[in-house]
Amino acid sequence: MSILKANDIGISFGGVKAVDGVSFAVSPGQILSIIGPNGAGKTTLFNIVSGIYAASRGTIRLADEDVTGLSPHKLAERGLSRTFQNLQIFQRMTACENVMVGRHLREKCSLLPALFRAPSVTRQNRETRAAALDLLAYVGLKDVADMPAGSLPYGACKRLEIARALAAEPRVLLLDEPAAGCNAVETEEIDHLIRQVADRGVAVVLVEHDMKLVMKISDRILVLERGRPLAEGTPREVRDDPKVLEAYLGQHGAQEAARA
Amino acid sequence: MGALLNQRFLTLAVLAVVIAVLPLVFPSSYYFRVASLVWVSALAAIGLNILMGQAGQVSLGHAAFFGIGAYSVAIGPAHLGIPPWAALSIGAALSAVLAYLVGRPILRLKGHYLAIATLGLGVLVALVISTESRWTGGPDGMPVERLTLFGWRVSGSYTWYWVTGALLLVGTWIALNLDETPTGRAFRALHDSEVAAQVVGVDVARFKLQAFVIAAVYASIAGSALAFMNGFINPDQAGFLHSVELVTIVVLGGLGSVVGSIVGAAVLVTLPQALTVFHEYEHLLLGLIIIVSMIFMRSGIVPSLSGLFLRRARA
Repeated sequence: MSILKANDIGISFGGVKAVDGVSFAVSPGQILSIIGPNGAGKTTLFNIVSGIYAASRGTIRLADEDVTGLSPHKLAERGLSRTFQNLQIFQRMTACENVMVGRHLREKCSLLPALFRAPSVTRQNRETRAAALDLLAYVGLKDVADMPAGSLPYGACKRLEIARALAAEPRVLLLDEPAAGCNAVETEEIDHLIRQVADRGVAVVLVEHDMKLVMKISDRILVLERGRPLAEGTPREVRDDPKVLEAYLGQHGAQEAARA
Repeated sequence: MGALLNQRFLTLAVLAVVIAVLPLVFPSSYYFRVASLVWVSALAAIGLNILMGQAGQVSLGHAAFFGIGAYSVAIGPAHLGIPPWAALSIGAALSAVLAYLVGRPILRLKGHYLAIATLGLGVLVALVISTESRWTGGPDGMPVERLTLFGWRVSGSYTWYWVTGALLLVGTWIALNLDETPTGRAFRALHDSEVAAQVVGVDVARFKLQAFVIAAVYASIAGSALAFMNGFINPDQAGFLHSVELVTIVVLGGLGSVVGSIVGAAVLVTLPQALTVFHEYEHLLLGLIIIVSMIFMRSGIVPSLSGLFLRRARA
């Protein structure tokens, strides 16, 4: 039973079809990777699914509800969270505060008690901070909890984004290149993290260029090329697909690879 | 958490002590008056700083709300027979409603476009005030009935020093409260990355609007206080130059810093008084000092200096 279902998604920018007729579905606990050469439309597809762009055609269903065209915060309320390829952390807030913002939907947020600092606000703050510290420990950032997020190294920021997304307790998590720019050790850590998240029953959709990581952790892989679906299947099926090899390596390279 | 709590109390305690101790060194009532002006400007700036420094949205027409507060306490008692203290509340409510109605469409705009839209709002309100002379006295302004609270007639620069000082303390307390709440965090989050705030469920439009309404109410109450204190009001208080002055206080003192707004107000209100000894060079020097301090203290007086002290303390 799939929790997120995208059907025949399409979008054009000034006549260029950036995404054209892409469908996919993902179930709780499953990791679906979306791969493809640069410009294949992976991030655009993410932006449509998370409500940042409005698709010009197709529908998106989340937990059997039509959510096509809903704004990002409405989708977040329904259990969809994401990270960004180009980091979008709250630079001037501490690491802990970043994750606390992730708890936004789990918090009561009325203005008057906030202005006059009602005891309930202080209590809730304590609970939110404790939850945020747990998540920071989970992604290995507990030591830097009170550092400004802008001062953290790149790999730490990547994990911070994952922690913030998890803080919302999502049912579907979209990860846009979580391992980009990370070294081998950091990639390994992120690999474990994603697996653990999926094991908790979260449906994970992953865009990633690190093929080793993708092949290792994905349950299914969707390959895009120039906005169109090229192949879909298990990592093994996709790896052996001649069309995929050709898209990545060109016709000549694919022949070389076949001979090797 | 404990440290933050203490910092909040410390800020309030220091401010209370400063307000309490200053009168001991003031030689004349003139000083009480200037200090009251500082407290009133600081109150308006603290509100604007919630919008600009926390939520990251600019308003170049904020004196409009200051003007609405001021004219409410002038017009209410004079034309409508409303008691002065009630007129203050009505002015604050009017400002909140106007901010809500105007904010809904214009807060969709970003950066320069938002600046121009708020500028337009400011010009519009100032225009209405100076043309509806039957109600407002037009460009000449109008007198304001004295404030009476439970039979106590609030007047004199000494009394107003304490009243505005108390208002500033309450305003500071509320602004400091807001910082460490889901609302305050949502403000700061949408300032740093609107898209990231949205995907964790922050309704960005709603929080921008909240910040705008809060800032409007602060300005309105400050405007009412100034009108009561002066016993007279003219359209300049709602004008463009006053809007710019409020923005300057916020930026000079430090965006996002509550203490910064108080320091900024102190500098911008007292400096022109101190510089009068230079006669015709007064404005030249004022401009020069502002330029130089922005060059050397880019994030504003208070954040820059506290950053410097922290680095010294660590070294």
